[in-house]
Amino acid sequence: MFVACAQEPKQPERQQQESKQQGEFIPLSELPPTEQIPAARLLIGAYSVVIVGLFLYVVSVARRLNTVQREVERLEADVKRAGRT
Amino acid sequence: MPKWFQPAAIVCALMFAATPIVIANAPFESTMGLVFKIFFYHMPSAWMFLLGGIVCGVASLRFLITGSVKHDRTALAAAELTVLFGLLTLVTGPLWARKSWGTWWVWDVRVTASLVSWMIAVAYLILRRYGGPGSEKLAAGLALFGMANVPFIYVSVNYWRTIHPATSVVPKLPVSMGGPLWFCVATFLLTFFLLFKMRVRLEEQRARLDAIYLSLDE
Repeated sequence: MFVACAQEPKQPERQQQESKQQGEFIPLSELPPTEQIPAARLLIGAYSVVIVGLFLYVVSVARRLNTVQREVERLEADVKRAGRT
Repeated sequence: MPKWFQPAAIVCALMFAATPIVIANAPFESTMGLVFKIFFYHMPSAWMFLLGGIVCGVASLRFLITGSVKHDRTALAAAELTVLFGLLTLVTGPLWARKSWGTWWVWDVRVTASLVSWMIAVAYLILRRYGGPGSEKLAAGLALFGMANVPFIYVSVNYWRTIHPATSVVPKLPVSMGGPLWFCVATFLLTFFLLFKMRVRLEEQRARLDAIYLSLDE
């Protein structure tokens, strides 16, 4: 009885296949019907996150750069004016 | 910014605009179907995340050894990009996993180590922002740990039990999948480089501003 209890319960074969690490990707030309719509939201969500994230970062850096650039130009102009007087 | 920056930015934007078209022409994967196509953004994001960690670590090491602020600026720029691309990786990954693994998150080695590496990069930025004088060197020390984690993240799937795809999937990709992937990698690499240049330029301008304020005080 002890040996029977100590044995690992057999996982269903599908679960075993699902939890197995993939060693390669196999291409498929047509989607099975069950796979179509539910994945689209996740796919669009992932692409949106990447595009929006990168865009927001570009805007953030550009704004910071413009602010500092304007401040540098203003101070350099002040220094030049002060140097002339 | 240098003269080549604007044309390069236009090329990068066009490449990014072309990625959905290129990816749409790639085949589905037999076990994952449509959701597999997240791979074409997830993997390049992950590689840029790891690249950012390496650049930050190397620049931090050079800063600690030489004391040159140029390396410190490089490290700071790279740390921000590490946080950015790390966030993109850690968001696109669970979106893919939800469908392909049936769960948003698994505490396997690669995913957990990636999260830790991202948190180290965030800690670097917090330290630089709020640490006060001398925090540059402390943060540089922290960045070395982040860099040390990078090879560990990459090889972990080959040595520990995990459902994360192995590193062998990329070399085994057929041309129909490999082509779009390498196009996306090139796009993300160019994006990384341009963002890095912008961010370093910001730090250089900030340093110039500080120098002007100092000269005015004198």
